[in-house]
Amino acid sequence: MLSGKLLEVEDLKTYFYTLRGIVRAVDGVSFSLRKGEILGIAGESGSGKSTLAWSILGLVPPPGRIVGGSIMIDGMDLTKMGEAELRKRVRWKKVSMVFQGAMNVLTPVYTVGRQIEEVLTIHGRMSRSDARARIYELLESVGLHRSIADRYPHELSGGQKQRVVIAMALSLEPDIVIADEPTTALDVVVQAQILNLLKKLAWEKNLSIILITHDLSVIAELAETVMIMYGGKIAEYGPSDRVFSQPKHPYTQALLRAIPRLRGPIDRLAYIPGTPPDLRNPPTGCRFHPRCPKAFDRCAREEPPLFRVGENHLSACWLNEGEG
Amino acid sequence: MASVASRAALGAEVLGGDVLRVEDLRVWFPLRRTITELVTLRPQRYVKAVDGITFNVKRGEVFCLVGESGCGKTTTGKAILRLVEPTGGTALFKPKSELVEELERKGISLEGDGFVDLFRIPRRKFKPLRRELQIVYQDPYGSLNPRFTIRRILEDPLIIHGIGSRQEREEMVAKMLESVKLTPASDFMDRYPHQLSGGQRQRVAIARAFILNPSLVVADEPVSMLDVSIRAEILELLLSFKERTGTSLIFITHDLAVARYICDRIAVMYLGKIVELGDARAIIERPIHPYTKALVAAIPEPDPTNRTRLREVPIKGEVPSAAAIPSGCRFHPRCVEFDQDHNRLKDMCPVKEPPLEQPMEGEPDRRVACWRYIPWS
Repeated sequence: MLSGKLLEVEDLKTYFYTLRGIVRAVDGVSFSLRKGEILGIAGESGSGKSTLAWSILGLVPPPGRIVGGSIMIDGMDLTKMGEAELRKRVRWKKVSMVFQGAMNVLTPVYTVGRQIEEVLTIHGRMSRSDARARIYELLESVGLHRSIADRYPHELSGGQKQRVVIAMALSLEPDIVIADEPTTALDVVVQAQILNLLKKLAWEKNLSIILITHDLSVIAELAETVMIMYGGKIAEYGPSDRVFSQPKHPYTQALLRAIPRLRGPIDRLAYIPGTPPDLRNPPTGCRFHPRCPKAFDRCAREEPPLFRVGENHLSACWLNEGEG
Repeated sequence: MASVASRAALGAEVLGGDVLRVEDLRVWFPLRRTITELVTLRPQRYVKAVDGITFNVKRGEVFCLVGESGCGKTTTGKAILRLVEPTGGTALFKPKSELVEELERKGISLEGDGFVDLFRIPRRKFKPLRRELQIVYQDPYGSLNPRFTIRRILEDPLIIHGIGSRQEREEMVAKMLESVKLTPASDFMDRYPHQLSGGQRQRVAIARAFILNPSLVVADEPVSMLDVSIRAEILELLLSFKERTGTSLIFITHDLAVARYICDRIAVMYLGKIVELGDARAIIERPIHPYTKALVAAIPEPDPTNRTRLREVPIKGEVPSAAAIPSGCRFHPRCVEFDQDHNRLKDMCPVKEPPLEQPMEGEPDRRVACWRYIPWS
């Protein structure tokens, strides 16, 4: 294993075998994650970003499965592991996940403390009395009072529930936390508080976070590296300082122009015409070419590889050939 | 690349008089009383979703209601359309002149200046006004009947209001589909909602709202469930209808950045009250009310240098329940400026509710409900 690399995903392919054809939801994605790195993955709905997260945890729902590539953590290839082994060695301990919509993640019939306790006793093999102390510690680390442990989810606000879910994800001190749209259902003020919490946790614990969202502004708040996905593939990847200031891929450029800004001049708000590709039958060549304002003949014929366009900066567009 | 022109770029708009004047609107939902409450004869308690708000909407204007979930913005929209029954207040609406005769035939008399109080009309006589008042919902997956074809969805309002012959209706539906860019129309007519993408469904919902050529459309978070990449397209569509027909829009959103692009005026709501009202850009660029300031400060922006620092949002605690509204200014328990200016304000904010008035500084059309900024002695 390479030094400093916590996670290495190589040419990952996750397909869904539906009755109406094969959906290539993740189609040849490679990237790595360092200790303490926050990687933001952005894309439209159906771009494969959530499927990518599920693949890392071995939670791809049927009829989907990983059909190729590797996911390496600590010298283990997760794609080769069975369900029992993933449960025992990977989930919660190495990688944990904060799912979309925290309000639906917690079961309404148990207290919050009891739900965190399950993770600690079942996966962490902790005794119930040790678990209690740890639950208080976890709740306090996410800015909640320890008395929350005895409350039921319906007694908490959306922001408090999201904090509980984050505490749970941290309970067995994983190296990597995957956060899938962690703030999408929350109000802006609460969103800002949760993003601050994630920032603080990442700084204090040197935690690696994979942040998945359709909102590039949320990514800019947290991530030092950005990956833009389109149609199951990486369109652009690079340090956020560069991707936000000098986007190379026309898709990234269009996405950034589509964000309404709170400050500065109000100029024309752009949008991307058309709809995302049908991944059962993706367009030939570059998958973005039917919606791309800069497309030319070659784009429809040949699929562009990821070109290096700068330090650790990649873009899958024929216009970037020979740059960097 | 297609794009949507901002309000500012379109220059000064020709705004007519008011199309709607809402005064002291209240929508209270009674809480179920417990046995003890009944036995001890304790007074009925309410969730005060909307608790006395006053505003006007001009003809051809985009008026925004902005706030967090639970602030009453959706309830306000629904109350104006009589989709929830208001507890009190008035909503004076000026229908199109063509409709006046029909209303009078139904025994609904208009006031001198052509306004009618929507809240005084009995429900069974409300139907002709439905032509004038339409809504676009947030969720295009839930708002279209999955068992109807697109043709039926768009034709239904015409049938209900007895408009046109069969063939004329067909033409109107086709024309409407084309104007929401679902072309060729014949391709979409016989499809069902599940065969369309989220953006396409929302276009159908917009077509349905505008097919009766209403005077006022309430758009309740029409883009918040759509991908960022197509939001501008839907907003542009709404605005183009508004331009063409002179329809007024009440645009309900939690997203101040979107509001800045498409709204003429904004009302910021907190816990059932309007706390700040005025020109959209002025409010976002120079907010006065401490709550508006917190909202503006909380919005993330696509600037990666933000990641190196924590975002400071000047607000404390969480939104209290609308069943237990704090005394005085309902924002004071969360207000950081109340703490900063405690000596001057300690006998005001926790005791007396601030009215929505012109602040000591700011534009003449700005209104703020905050003791720190409005004059009092």
